[in-house]
Amino acid sequence: MSAVYGTLASQPNTEAVNVPPTQSESVKTKMNIPKSALQEKLADGFRWFIPPVLGIMAFIALWALIAQSTDNLPGPLPTWESAKVLFADPFYNKGPNDQGIGWNILYSLYRVGIGFGLAALIGIPLGFMIGRFKFLAAMTAPIISILRPVSPLAWLPIGLLVLHKAEPASIWVIYISSIWPMILNTAVGVRQVPQDYLNVARVLNLSEWKVFTRILFPAVLPHVLTGVRLAIGIAWLVIVAAEMLTGGVGIGFWVWDEWNNLNVEHIIIAIFVVGIIGLLLEQGLIWIAKRFSYE
Amino acid sequence: MEKFVQLDHVDVKFSTKKGVYHALKDINLSINQGQFFTLIGHSGCGKSTLLNIIAGLQDATEGAALCEGREIKGPGPERAVVFQNHSLLPWLTCYENIYLGVERVFGAKEPKAQLKKRTLETLDLVGLSHAEHKRPNEISGGMKQRVGIARALAMQPKVLLMDEPFGALDALTRAHLQDELMKIVAATNSTVVMVTHDVDEAVLLSDRIVMLTNGPAATIGEILTVDLAKPRDRLALANDPHYHHLRSQVLAFLYQRQMRPAAAA
Ligand SMILES: Nc1ncnc2c1ncn2[C@@H]1O[C@H](COP(=O)(O)OP(=O)(O)OP(=O)(O)O)[C@@H](O)[C@H]1O
Ligand SMILES: [Mg+2]
Repeated sequence: MSAVYGTLASQPNTEAVNVPPTQSESVKTKMNIPKSALQEKLADGFRWFIPPVLGIMAFIALWALIAQSTDNLPGPLPTWESAKVLFADPFYNKGPNDQGIGWNILYSLYRVGIGFGLAALIGIPLGFMIGRFKFLAAMTAPIISILRPVSPLAWLPIGLLVLHKAEPASIWVIYISSIWPMILNTAVGVRQVPQDYLNVARVLNLSEWKVFTRILFPAVLPHVLTGVRLAIGIAWLVIVAAEMLTGGVGIGFWVWDEWNNLNVEHIIIAIFVVGIIGLLLEQGLIWIAKRFSYE
Repeated sequence: MEKFVQLDHVDVKFSTKKGVYHALKDINLSINQGQFFTLIGHSGCGKSTLLNIIAGLQDATEGAALCEGREIKGPGPERAVVFQNHSLLPWLTCYENIYLGVERVFGAKEPKAQLKKRTLETLDLVGLSHAEHKRPNEISGGMKQRVGIARALAMQPKVLLMDEPFGALDALTRAHLQDELMKIVAATNSTVVMVTHDVDEAVLLSDRIVMLTNGPAATIGEILTVDLAKPRDRLALANDPHYHHLRSQVLAFLYQRQMRPAAAA
């Protein structure tokens, strides 16, 4: 905003610019109050900082209110106390059914990592080929459009049947549910590479390898990363549900276990933990995407 | 003088959803080494199509297109193209954009240091040494277009093909780049084919102006020889009666004999 004011103010006759009178009025008042850079920064910080904090406070207040009027939902304070105990020792190990929350989170991340990694390894190259070759696109289109909308958990029985064990079955569910966005986004990206760039490649007579590394790959990378981001979101959504069904060590089964113990504080903590980790995963990928985008 | 590019009874037809579109009809053209040709005509008449045939990006439906006596089969670096929208790769720096072509053309027979030198020299030629490490989105439209020209020049093409290279620029930048282009072409004795819709630009730069009739089935209406002495100076030409005579001949062709098609008017 301030940049806009800056350019307007630097023009000698603001009147000549077609600004509605009220706006040019505000430009003038803005000009009359010189602000130091520090003040400007502080104000910016508050504008960025205050609304989220207010939002979180309102949320906690609402939660406390609801907790008070029901008799089994724990409020923010007991939950906080319980979280302090829980995170004081996150990595204890008392046998397969009683491990610290840290282990549970790590196991879930590990499953997501394997399933998602496999999906990326297969989905991204497949997407490239589908985007590049019309024949392959037409061949795979019906299968993809039928399988893609299937609810991830519907794949679990197939995984259990074929792979016999719970662990690979939940990885399978992650794999199959996160592969679609990567295939589709990569394919769309390849199809949208501007003809101009491909003409450049033709005029320079670049080798297939150079076409791929210098033109196709960088042009498609932002699309690939969008696919990856969507996929990791789905994978993290699905793992909790899959683990509830398969059991073992993992944040999903942990939630289920705490439900059986009727430890509602822990369930609420788990919800926050799952949300925060999902947010971090996504933000991490957005950060990577920004580093690689050339715009 | 050597015949360099030759088009012999070239026809181009596009198959579209509405049927066959006859874009170019019976194009005969012969370009000698070191000549500067411009293609001029109303929008949609087929200038880019004609240029693309020489570039090898488009195949002739009928007739023959030859370069140095050999049939043009696909594009190649000896016929470098400066694209209408510069088409620089946005993820590469100016240096890397130019290096890509240099590496392709000279990489097999020259060491890396020599390739680097070539790239830097071409950047210097278009006056952009300072922008070496900048990405295309960090430089102005005129600078981008200059990098596009540099990329083409660095490959030392036998023919330089330019599709409205200055079309998107403001008048001042355009005049400046035209002057630079004249100098570069004189220094390198390049053969150039350039598409334009600017009459002044055509007369200022060309040895021959190829005037295309309106499509469909556009063909060459007239080829005007521009026999103004070189080097040319735009200020001196402003008072040159012969310059105005040539200019009015192109204008007469475009606006009297080839009136804009009613649909486009
Ligand atoms: N690939 C194609 N398929 C079908 N028709 C095409 C194709 N390319 C060009 N045309 C048609 O051929 C004609 C000539 O196109 P071209 O792009 O060569 O015109 P132009 O003279 O360069 O126009 P402009 O000055 O607007 O760039 C146009 O009518 C266009 O619609
Ligand atoms: Mg064109």
